[in-house]
Amino acid sequence: MLSQLTRRDRQWARLVTLPLAALGLVIAFAARGDPMAAHGVIITLFALGLFLLVRTVRDAPEPPASRLESYYDDPSKVGIVLALVWGVIGMAVGDWIAWLMAFPELSPDVAWLSYGRLRPVHTSGVIFGFGGNALIATSFHVAQRTSRARLPGQFSPWFVLLGYNLFCILAASGYVMGITQSKEYAEPEWYADIWLVIVWVTYLVLYLRTLARRQEPHIYVANWYYLAFILVVAVLHIVNNLAMPVTLAGAKSYSAFSGVQDAMTQWWYGHNAVAFFLTAGFLGMLYYYLPKCAGRPIYSYRMSIISFWGITFLYMWAGSHHLHYTALPQWVQTLGVTFSVMLLVPSWGSAANALLTLNGAWHKVRTDATLRFMMVAAVFYGMSTFEGSFMAIRPVNSLSHYTDWTVGHVHSGALGWVAFITFGAFYSLVPWLWKRDGMHSRKLVEVHFWIALLGIIIYLVSLWNAGITQGLMWRTYNESGTLTYSFLDSMIAMIPYYVARGIGGLLYLIGACIALYNVIMTIRDARLERAAADTGSSVASSDVPLYAPRAPR
Amino acid sequence: MIFKTHYRIEKRSLALVLGILTVSGIGGFVEIAPLFTIDDTVEEAPDMRVYTPLELAGRHIYMREGCYACHSQMIRTLRDDVDRYGPYSLAVESQYDHPMLWGSKRTGPDLARIGGKYSDVWHTRHLNDPRDVVPESIMPAYRWLSRNPLRVDDLPGHLVAMQRVGVPYTDAMVERATEDAIAQATPSGPAPAADGQTLPDEALRERYGDATTVRTFDGDPGTVTEMDALVAYLQILGRLTDAATRSADASGTPGAPDAAAR
Repeated sequence: MLSQLTRRDRQWARLVTLPLAALGLVIAFAARGDPMAAHGVIITLFALGLFLLVRTVRDAPEPPASRLESYYDDPSKVGIVLALVWGVIGMAVGDWIAWLMAFPELSPDVAWLSYGRLRPVHTSGVIFGFGGNALIATSFHVAQRTSRARLPGQFSPWFVLLGYNLFCILAASGYVMGITQSKEYAEPEWYADIWLVIVWVTYLVLYLRTLARRQEPHIYVANWYYLAFILVVAVLHIVNNLAMPVTLAGAKSYSAFSGVQDAMTQWWYGHNAVAFFLTAGFLGMLYYYLPKCAGRPIYSYRMSIISFWGITFLYMWAGSHHLHYTALPQWVQTLGVTFSVMLLVPSWGSAANALLTLNGAWHKVRTDATLRFMMVAAVFYGMSTFEGSFMAIRPVNSLSHYTDWTVGHVHSGALGWVAFITFGAFYSLVPWLWKRDGMHSRKLVEVHFWIALLGIIIYLVSLWNAGITQGLMWRTYNESGTLTYSFLDSMIAMIPYYVARGIGGLLYLIGACIALYNVIMTIRDARLERAAADTGSSVASSDVPLYAPRAPR
Repeated sequence: MIFKTHYRIEKRSLALVLGILTVSGIGGFVEIAPLFTIDDTVEEAPDMRVYTPLELAGRHIYMREGCYACHSQMIRTLRDDVDRYGPYSLAVESQYDHPMLWGSKRTGPDLARIGGKYSDVWHTRHLNDPRDVVPESIMPAYRWLSRNPLRVDDLPGHLVAMQRVGVPYTDAMVERATEDAIAQATPSGPAPAADGQTLPDEALRERYGDATTVRTFDGDPGTVTEMDALVAYLQILGRLTDAATRSADASGTPGAPDAAAR
């Protein structure tokens, strides 16, 4: 992998890692006494580690020019493993704090291990660590295949992938030290946010440059979605994170917005992080891997156009449904409901398009757990978007909001849709990338599928029950016109459901561990076989770019 | 027709980029921009005061420990919300909240009007071990708050940052932020100061209003701890202005339009 780096790539690596390591030292020194100093040390170690890694090949010869006749998949390979590692960490933390909700005394008297600080580690770990790495890894793969062109360079994909992971590390380590903006799903502080902007702009440029090399006149649907994901997340991230740092040598900052404007901006961000990070990006994944795996073309080209622009337009209006009956002006709430309900049309359009694509391939769904992962993902996508539109309606929201139903809804999307489409994509992608006939163990894919599905069902049923019970208890009046239940009554009623949720989450976590194991074993198989055969690369003749960049002068 | 146009658009990545940015930009712009320009989005409340430095530090701890993940600070205009927690929240009440902490989940109860409902002793015991005062509670214990001395030397910088984002702190407030934080947790007693000087807590009240609470929040007058700051913050929640109570009194019923309709 390292031997594929050209002299120029290695130069770039030095040019970025050394100043970054120096910057880390400056931060560590300037911010001493502030938790930000620890981040300075982390940045330095991260950059130095990469510098030393690249240094191990400093005398290596220039890689052969024949490399340009194949796709550049090394960053995707690393991205897949990183995604799974983040997934296991994020889900493990999630399940641990789920148990703390039933047994709070389990938590040791250590500030950085407390529930409140670990919760964002869970959310960021799974959304950004697992989801983000999966999106980056697959987007590189999909953009190259659908453009029939190799990535334009070898350095920038690594910068995007590793720079993004530095952001994730800063985020997670910051939370446990108490560095947070407290904006949900946008907790990292100002300097991590600025770093992400740099990484993200590089990502956009890299993606557009790859598309510019394409040998197909048309840009394939999957790329529209990846493009929308990259673009809109950039806009959301920049606007929602506008803040005034207390000092350049400290982590704390104050949000540029306050009160009602801040609430609206935050949920415009929060809802569209779901829309463009957790939906658009993964729809890009679905539009490539599902038809590919099923061996069928997308059912309807026109449906995908309508769904794409529908999602891009309508989602941005829906954020205010997170603020029903609050101090947000009524007209914004009304717009939120209206567009949330309309959103069902393009959402179901996409889900139907995916499921109809399987017509003629249903026998494969029965036998192939990989395709079944993707099929169930499309079903969960349809179900959770319906649930989302439903919960956005004011009277329903008055019952569901602030309860565990919301948490259940989020997990139906995250576990059933986002993670299932990712597992499906990985199980098809890993054998392709490592040139194997299939995963190390097909049986384990099957086991993973069923254990994960069982986990989701337990999780969702328990939190639906929890949320509706909670909502009803809060609004129950007795005959004398006073509230029947104290808040404490409703909280005590939740405990059995919290235990059940912990079990469901544990099953899902076991599934993710199985996936990580299976992927690692597949990689090991590929290594062993290559060592035994030593025949060099055997690229499938069809899996090559039509357009290969010339060797750099 | 549409599909023919699209047939052309999807051949140009820049057309797609511009299309995505335009189409996705409309919704956010229409919903957010007017919130800054329409005057009655935020009510008038002349009595609204800013957080004292100690309360602001407490707010920071509230965020740091992730309290917002389980406690909302937003009483909705629903009858049961109002009956349970008090008059529904007004926009003006979080006018100086950078960022807002309205929350999205009630694993524990809403805290928008928790200020003054329980004693300082109760809060301190509850934060040290919630099950000490509420046996069934599932809230985590935050024992380190009483152990950690509060960092006060950087508070002027915090007030400056708040000034910059539009909170009306005076320069005197900024200058005396550190002293004010210590003074609020260290009552100096009724004795008048020697040679006509103002006592620190009186100076604090002059700046932030007579109703500012000056108490040894965590029961230990010696050091100003993170517990002092957090309890001071919890005790001010819902009490920065009387606007919500006034509007509830004026409308006759403690409910809201929605509550009446139910």
